[in-house]
Amino acid sequence: MTSLKSFIKAVRAAKTAADERTVIQKESAKIRTSFRDDRTSHATRRSNVAKLLYLFTLGERTHFGQVECLKLLASPHFTDKRLGYLGTMLLLDENQEVLMLITNSLDNDLLHPNQYVVSLALCTLANIASGSMSRDLFPRVEKLITASNPYLKKKAALCALRIIRRVPELEEMFVEHGKALLTESNHGVLLCGASLAIDMIDNNPVLANDFAEILPGLISTLKTLSTTGYSPTFDVQGVPDPFLQTRLIRLLRAMGQDNQPLSEQMTDILAAIASNTDGAKNVGNAVLYEAVLAIFAIEADSGLRVLGINILGTFLSNKDNNTRYVALNTLLKVVGIEPAAVQRHRATIVECFQDPDISIRRRALELSYALINQSNVRVMVRELLTFMEDCDPEFKPQLVSQIALASERFAPNKRWHIDTLMRTFALAGNHTKENVLSAFILLVIDAPDLQLYAAQKLYRQVRADLSQQGLLIVALWVLGEYCDILLQAGSFNDDEGSVDINESLLVELVENILASPFATQVVQEYAINAAVKFSVRMKGAPEFDRIRRLLGPFAHSLDPELQQRAIEYKVLMVQDKLRRGVFERMPAPEFGEDLETQHAKAMSKALVRRRRRPIAPGAKPAVSEAPVSDLLDLGDSATPVAAPSSDLLADIFGSSPAPTAPSPAPAPAPANPAAKDILDLFGSTPAAPTPAPAASVPPVPSGPPAYSSSHLVLHISGSKESSGVAKLRAVFTATSPVENIVMQVAVPKSQKLALQPLAKPDLAAGESTEQLIKITGPEGAALRLRLRISYVGGGQNIQEQVDYNGLPQGLF
Amino acid sequence: MPSTGCFVIMAIHFILIQNRQGKTRLSKWYDPFPDSERRKIKGEVHRLVGSRDYRFQSNFVDYREYRLVYRRYAGLFFCMCVDTQDNELFYLEAIHMFVEILDTFFGNVCELDIVFNFVKVYTALDEVFLDGELEETSKKKVLGRLEEFERAQ
Repeated sequence: MTSLKSFIKAVRAAKTAADERTVIQKESAKIRTSFRDDRTSHATRRSNVAKLLYLFTLGERTHFGQVECLKLLASPHFTDKRLGYLGTMLLLDENQEVLMLITNSLDNDLLHPNQYVVSLALCTLANIASGSMSRDLFPRVEKLITASNPYLKKKAALCALRIIRRVPELEEMFVEHGKALLTESNHGVLLCGASLAIDMIDNNPVLANDFAEILPGLISTLKTLSTTGYSPTFDVQGVPDPFLQTRLIRLLRAMGQDNQPLSEQMTDILAAIASNTDGAKNVGNAVLYEAVLAIFAIEADSGLRVLGINILGTFLSNKDNNTRYVALNTLLKVVGIEPAAVQRHRATIVECFQDPDISIRRRALELSYALINQSNVRVMVRELLTFMEDCDPEFKPQLVSQIALASERFAPNKRWHIDTLMRTFALAGNHTKENVLSAFILLVIDAPDLQLYAAQKLYRQVRADLSQQGLLIVALWVLGEYCDILLQAGSFNDDEGSVDINESLLVELVENILASPFATQVVQEYAINAAVKFSVRMKGAPEFDRIRRLLGPFAHSLDPELQQRAIEYKVLMVQDKLRRGVFERMPAPEFGEDLETQHAKAMSKALVRRRRRPIAPGAKPAVSEAPVSDLLDLGDSATPVAAPSSDLLADIFGSSPAPTAPSPAPAPAPANPAAKDILDLFGSTPAAPTPAPAASVPPVPSGPPAYSSSHLVLHISGSKESSGVAKLRAVFTATSPVENIVMQVAVPKSQKLALQPLAKPDLAAGESTEQLIKITGPEGAALRLRLRISYVGGGQNIQEQVDYNGLPQGLF
Repeated sequence: MPSTGCFVIMAIHFILIQNRQGKTRLSKWYDPFPDSERRKIKGEVHRLVGSRDYRFQSNFVDYREYRLVYRRYAGLFFCMCVDTQDNELFYLEAIHMFVEILDTFFGNVCELDIVFNFVKVYTALDEVFLDGELEETSKKKVLGRLEEFERAQ
């Protein structure tokens, strides 16, 4: 047999992956043969297990060696035991049945006179103990936790942690021991005791009161620790035992959560640590960061919270990426609690837009969205636009949506709003969503005094740059709709120089767009619509001919939408009177919809449409809407987001393609009798009325939310169903459109959880949905939930985890 | 992520030491991941961590529902998988402490020391971390224990 060393060398010397496999398989076969031989010496057994561990590290299959490890650890020799335990810890886990075979050996070794043997047994227990092992061996652990040997004590403490995690009923056996550990002076013991206590209190917050009596001691330990000078054993770069400090602060956090009296006691020490710890190095920042986390978890007063925010603010200007990363992460979580304090660090946050680390940029952006308000909207949007000039394309969809939302909410005036959106479209490439585009169009329709301005600006921009799809689409629409105003005003001068304009140039522009490589199908659709509108609003005969020629090729388009439209327009081109009726100026909508409610309506309408299909198969509902909406080219009706455009249209034409949608009061009857003809022309039949979708908006429970973000708010309420069974209602309310909401819930080990499916995973702004949770647990226990919530909001996948303890007592 | 809607709450889920080529030099699992899953994780972690710019990016990266905290020493990546709610800076320091222990123990540790003496490295690991929790904060004490372990052989 080769030695471990030569085996490793042989593996390393293999030239190819195939060679390596051969070496490994050969050795693996030899090891198996050797296992079957009963007479192998201890030395060979050890060498076999060592090789097995090497195989494990390589990621090879090692299950055949499990029993061999168990045999080795039962040997009386320390060297055998050491390797046997090591092998057992690595090759087995709590789910393997053979594991119970070592219960007896562990039992014996926990009483062994040699502390290193006991240590090995404790280590194994802590790393892989199963539930049944925990039940069998906890008395031994309890004994060792009270023993005088600190080396074994700390390991026993972590064993206890493992045992409680596997068998929560055993918790009460260890509460007193946990307290005793925390009064020790040995750092290792304190550290492990803190870990044990944190886990206990996290899982069962009532225990915080049991631990309350040792809180003063803990605080003074922390105080001594943070103010002592240099101690060579525990010093890390000038910070006295940062690990222990961090763990103890974490314990304070566990105790102070939702506990006003305990929180008050720890305010001073947290403030002292927050102000005195040296933040020059990562070590100090680890302690400061833990203090900040504690400040925002406990019932801290506003002064302390502002101190916490300011620490994060200093983190932001740190040149270390890691520090900035945790700062932004935390600020994102707390921006809702202390918005004004976070606002003060706006400049630093904006500076992070330029950070070389993409995850820092992403978080800084997200934070900045939350910071935009009435007073800073101009500055912030300017920053976002500057960032957009050369940002990674992955940011663009969200940037566009967020800028559009922010300018809608806070725009100081319409002109600024229109300017901002145009600048955004000019930078967004093809990352602009239809709902933003149609919101822009509605904005222009609604602002008669700015229509000329918008048309001129867009004319100039598109002549200079054809590559921005969103810009092309709005420009084509605005130019088509308002070309008469534009032509009437004639060539114009603005601060960027003079621009010539006449009928021929406009038609040429559309021709150029269609000839460019950027003429995607949507752009083509908008382009032919614009061209046909020109034919109504222009006087020149040569332009009329050019428009007809321009439409020609589309009659053979492979795309049915384009083909149909082109053929219809060809017919319309010869019916002069009808055409003038059809392409009349779009009246200003009587309703002002913002992006959010618009989206909400679109979603519910899409739902209606989807449901309607099977109900009225003969009514051609699917086709009836498409042509109408495209006629006014407000968007592509195939995508639900643009649906409000067809709503608008429905009002204008007095037809009712979707009578069930919660649309606003219908506009007055059509001004032009031609509207009727159009409906005939397109063979559109108003769809049969269908029952409205069950508007199941669950009532939102009162009280503070369990979770809230810029997209979504979650409220949880609970009631007692029967003794030991609590029924919770989680109600999600969307503040902006979100999709794919998934909530996962974790409860303490002693409780059982049944999660019902979410009623509706996609929400429009303002909509709510609910999810029912049933939890069974011991009577009188407190409910603590850890929630993991993921969803798609603002075009980004968002996943967050929160702890929620806001449920009343006595639900079980 | 388990589909049951539940997940285990704990500190460190696993520790990996990998070289730049993605060869795993040490793996310690505190969650009972099945073999196939472990293999997958090793590959994914290497691809994720190895492709990051170590000067211009933070040492944290989101992975599945967890967060990886890693540090690169010469050609070796020391990587810990922790909860996203946890204190990343703490684990960053913990990795460094562990590496310092190895460095003193082997006397300027290199990849080959870890390859040939993995048993000792695992022992050292068990003296510093237990069941995913940090167990000892004094390098001196850990080194003392390790030497006694060697003497006891």
